Amino acid sequence: MSGRFRTPSGGRVDRDKPVRFSFDGKSYQGVAGDTLASALLANGVHLVGRSFKYHRPRGIVTAGSDEPNALVGVGADDAHYTPNMRATQIEIHEGLVAESQNRWPSLGFDVGAVNEVFAPFLSAGFYYKTFMWPPAAWKKIYEPLIRRAAGLGRAPAKPDTDRYTQVYAHCDVLVIGAGPAGLAAALAASAIGAKVFLCDEQAEMGGSLLSEKTTTIDGLLADDWTARTLAALAARANVMLMPRTTAFGWYPHNFLGLCERITDHLAKADPKLPRERLWQVRAKEVVLATGALERPLVFPDNDRPGIMMAEAARIYANRFGVVPGETAVIFAACDSAYRAALDLKAAGVAVAAIADLRTAPGGVWVDRARAAGMEVREATVVTGTSGRLRIDSVNLGKLGTDGRVGSSETIACDLLLMSGGFTPSVHLFSQSRGKLVYDEALRAFLPGTSVERERSVGACRGILDLEAVLNDGTVGGSGAAQAAGFAGAANRAFAVDSDSVGSDGFIGVTPHGGDPSRTRAWIDFQNDVTENDVRLAIREGFRSIEHVKRYTTTGMATDQGKTSNMNALGLVSQTLEIPVPRVGLTTFRPPYTPMTFGIFAGQSRGELFDPLRETPIHEWAAAQGAVFEDVGLWRRAHYFPQPGEDMHAAVARECKATRQAVGIFDGSTLGKIEVVGKDAAELLNRIYTNAWTRLEPGRLRYGVMLREEGFVMDDGVVARMAPDRFHITTTTGGASRVLAMMEDYIQTEWPDLDVWLTSTTEEWAVIAVQGPLSRKVLEPLVEGIDLSREAMPHMSVREGKICGVPTRLFRVSFTGELGFEVNVPAGYGRAVWEAIFTAGQAYGITPYGTETMHVLRAEKGFIIVGQETDGTVTPDDCGLGWAIGKAKKDFVGKRSLARPAMTAGDRKQLVGLLTVDPKTVLEVGAQVVADPDQPIPMTMLGHVTSSYWSATLDRSIALALVRGGRARIGTRLSVPMPDGPIAVQPVEPVFYDSKGARLDV
Amino acid sequence: MSDLAIRANSLGSLASTIRNIPSATLAVLPDTAKLVFRGRPAAVDVAGRAFGVALPQEACRFSAKGDRAAYWCGPDEWLLQAGGEAPAALFASLDAALAGQSCSLVDVSHRSDAIALSGPEAAYILNHGCPLDLSLRTFPVGMCTRTILGKATIMLSRPAPEIFHIDVGRSFARYVWQLLDEARGEFA
Amino acid sequence: MLLITCPHCGPRAELEFSYGGEAHIARPVDPASLDDDSWAVFLFERSNPRGVHAERWRHLHGCGRFFNVLRDTVSDTIVASYPAGQPRPALSPDGKGTTR
Repeated sequence: MSGRFRTPSGGRVDRDKPVRFSFDGKSYQGVAGDTLASALLANGVHLVGRSFKYHRPRGIVTAGSDEPNALVGVGADDAHYTPNMRATQIEIHEGLVAESQNRWPSLGFDVGAVNEVFAPFLSAGFYYKTFMWPPAAWKKIYEPLIRRAAGLGRAPAKPDTDRYTQVYAHCDVLVIGAGPAGLAAALAASAIGAKVFLCDEQAEMGGSLLSEKTTTIDGLLADDWTARTLAALAARANVMLMPRTTAFGWYPHNFLGLCERITDHLAKADPKLPRERLWQVRAKEVVLATGALERPLVFPDNDRPGIMMAEAARIYANRFGVVPGETAVIFAACDSAYRAALDLKAAGVAVAAIADLRTAPGGVWVDRARAAGMEVREATVVTGTSGRLRIDSVNLGKLGTDGRVGSSETIACDLLLMSGGFTPSVHLFSQSRGKLVYDEALRAFLPGTSVERERSVGACRGILDLEAVLNDGTVGGSGAAQAAGFAGAANRAFAVDSDSVGSDGFIGVTPHGGDPSRTRAWIDFQNDVTENDVRLAIREGFRSIEHVKRYTTTGMATDQGKTSNMNALGLVSQTLEIPVPRVGLTTFRPPYTPMTFGIFAGQSRGELFDPLRETPIHEWAAAQGAVFEDVGLWRRAHYFPQPGEDMHAAVARECKATRQAVGIFDGSTLGKIEVVGKDAAELLNRIYTNAWTRLEPGRLRYGVMLREEGFVMDDGVVARMAPDRFHITTTTGGASRVLAMMEDYIQTEWPDLDVWLTSTTEEWAVIAVQGPLSRKVLEPLVEGIDLSREAMPHMSVREGKICGVPTRLFRVSFTGELGFEVNVPAGYGRAVWEAIFTAGQAYGITPYGTETMHVLRAEKGFIIVGQETDGTVTPDDCGLGWAIGKAKKDFVGKRSLARPAMTAGDRKQLVGLLTVDPKTVLEVGAQVVADPDQPIPMTMLGHVTSSYWSATLDRSIALALVRGGRARIGTRLSVPMPDGPIAVQPVEPVFYDSKGARLDV
Repeated sequence: MSDLAIRANSLGSLASTIRNIPSATLAVLPDTAKLVFRGRPAAVDVAGRAFGVALPQEACRFSAKGDRAAYWCGPDEWLLQAGGEAPAALFASLDAALAGQSCSLVDVSHRSDAIALSGPEAAYILNHGCPLDLSLRTFPVGMCTRTILGKATIMLSRPAPEIFHIDVGRSFARYVWQLLDEARGEFA
Repeated sequence: MLLITCPHCGPRAELEFSYGGEAHIARPVDPASLDDDSWAVFLFERSNPRGVHAERWRHLHGCGRFFNVLRDTVSDTIVASYPAGQPRPALSPDGKGTTR
């Protein structure tokens, strides 16, 4: 048996397929087709959670994604645990493990409920009032306490082992919601050829039709019509049906996020399948068929377990074969509650009374209820309820014509069903930035002016009568297909046999005659916001609903106020006596329902988080035991430790070997661009600060480029391969930026220039061979290139072959030593590297990494863009004034260099820093001051940009940007550190071979 | 040392352990000679005649003849690809033919590697990271374009309804391969 | 994610593009002839309208071309897309299109 509240027959569940699951450690039985909520209700379990602030016992209120109370944690272990799932949306499967949240030690006895005692202190804004003093206590005492007491659910402690995927998809018409309107829209749109996606957040498509019992459409029972319609849609090649798929976010230009839940409902999922799939859909047209949500009524003690929405109870009875109680009282503001009462009675629930807020309810549904023997109390309200973990009685009061509430009567029950009418679901429409308009008759905001290419059909635009809904869906569906470019129209009208439930309803707080400050009528169940909280906010001067929302937190919980927003709005409107539209409506934001982190991470985890760019020589370096560092997306060899060496020792050895013999370095990550065309030199003249016209083919030149604002953007060595062909290099991180800037100028400012750019960063592997013996290593390997000092001076380039493959061989040095950079096509990089390494064995060739490269260049005072520069540094600031072609009329950034601020004498300038104690190595980023004894805050003169131990000089060296730095050379400055100031001397920023004699060999 | 004998493809090691998934097959395409041609309209015809394949004037299209193919990359940019040819010789012959023209020719044979993804699920797998509508209606056979796949730029072309070629910068090739392989795991 | 029409490649996802700031701000032919204030205006001052904004985009992961777009900064509606170098199209009276 699947629970004593299971009806003997009826509904869409399969009573022959029992399913065992556990909730809070206790084993229960449900049946196939149950949600966790329906299965718990079938077992008589209403109490499923404790509330956010007061830890009030709470029960299941709805049957859908709007559920505010029944939030549970699901998962057998922490690697598969998800908090804050709505029990109303969880399909049970064999072995499902769920637990309630926000209670300790147990759901029935919860210590946190002591917060009830402190309720007077926890009203709206208590954060700002109660915990103001003393200030220091906030961080140490109040905040940790509040954080422990508040919140919903717990974060899993282990990494999520499930797989999530993200996929882009395109369609002509995306229909959101597979209730009657959505089904009709999908039928109509697909009939004339549009590619249609139809998604629905529920496991079964059909929406409200799934809980209709007697209604017929075109002569078929609703169930049968739905089944036939779905079969017809599934048979169309141009339709994709997407059940269990929530359209949660609308982003510009009809780009929507859909979350498909693929394995959560399965006891044994295929491990190949992702748990969830993010569909990133670009739709030509969107049809919103998102239906409407039933509104709770706000009255004193309206939050006890056993109080639920009337329509939800009807869904449990009709669709799941579950009666949520034995004796029900109905609190109605509309006819749909009567429909629910009749269906529940048919399912075996006794209806003790129907309290109707309306003065003179009438019509077919009221008549039927009376005919069925139900007591209908007109103009009657609920003034209170009782029962600790489950409702046991209801107090009713008569509503006088003067608005007062008269004598009270108590009725015993275990179920109180309420209905304040329906609120159209305009969340997604609002996300699309469409303008909402308030409909006075429906007491609802409806879609008004569209911004995106979309249309709403059915209940989400206030149409509640089923026949009208179906026909609206048809018109909307074919209209969308036509707008997407398809001709024709599906001219069909549906004939429905059912009675309309009209559109009565209520928003705000129902009259209850009590003192609002002593009664607790809950507006927002999930965030524990009461009538009193909202009234308090208004008394304290909050008027706009946006402010009331933030002060009281109403509508700010994980359900975004699906059940509470309109009642909060109604109360503000009632209290201030201003019309609802003037109170305003808060903004709906994605996601419509909470989403997992996994779906947003998708495949971007682990190895696939980011592309890891490796050079052609990477695997060789890895085999040698290199330690790598990430430079942007590149992974570069940082240093090559030998057994027993730390970084310090390895770098010292690599530096010495390169200065004394020969080192080999992988420079393949350097950005490279081939600039070709008869105006190539002219382009470089305009882009770089230097002059290029007279650079001869076969020669290299170091170039600096600025942004138009005059600050250094990038630098690199440029080779002139031919009169109309340059091979330029950029920094590793600057390659794409430089290419983009040059393309920008060529395309938009100087389209007349005959010059074209091609990125060659990845075409060439770059092998730097540096050191006094480098020529000896390379000489035997090259063909057709004379490497001698006379034939190939410093800063020249030759083309020929090395190891049998073509090369552009640069004689260039970033170390201050005789050196070469061997460019070979990337596919040969590894082989050529190994050949050079083998040939260099006789000379003690030593591979070195980026750390040694940095030390060697710092010893020479060569800057690194991005280290010595930070976007506020001019060429003169960093000692590159010599690279500015003074005779050039213009280049990018030149005009800015003449602005007064760019030439001021106290600009920060690059200097070297030598610590007075040569063993002390400064910290990069440390501040430089004149007098370490001055009061704090000190006047900071600049900061250390680079700092290393120099094995060559047997002392520390540093580079720094210091205000008026060049004029301070010879003085004494200080670097204040936590352990005390460090005395430093500003010096010229070249520490080694300042005459460059070692290059001229 | 023979030219082609030592040329290394960045996907070599990955391709040797490939899973057989017929609905979305991954394969490394052979190395080819690749040149980027950019230039003024007058030079385009000259380049096409010299190459033996006219450079497509229609945006986002490629044309092929034998082992040679010309891919439209931009309104003044084409990728010329030749299977089984030495890049240097191809470059030299075209460079000579283009003497005096307003244009640029650059050898990029080693800049990228190429992957084929084929099978009935190929488009669906590509959409795990590629935002294009890959239906035949909007991405027909003969189309090519640079686009995005996850966090990499790729050159995507469709030589047959269920075959896509992906040309990708060599340092991104491993990432692209692994991303596609992960996605097609659904059909393993 | 915006859907941006590249004048060469047609509608593509925003992911393929990079943004290039306000359009129709030409670099002065002779920067040296500008005084400091005028040069600062060229460098830094932008219109930042609430409404239709002419802006530069580059089809970076596509054909590589810079082009201009008229985009409503309130609704994100793209009114027009045209190659770099062409003048800004006039808006139709309803502001939803251009008169071309």
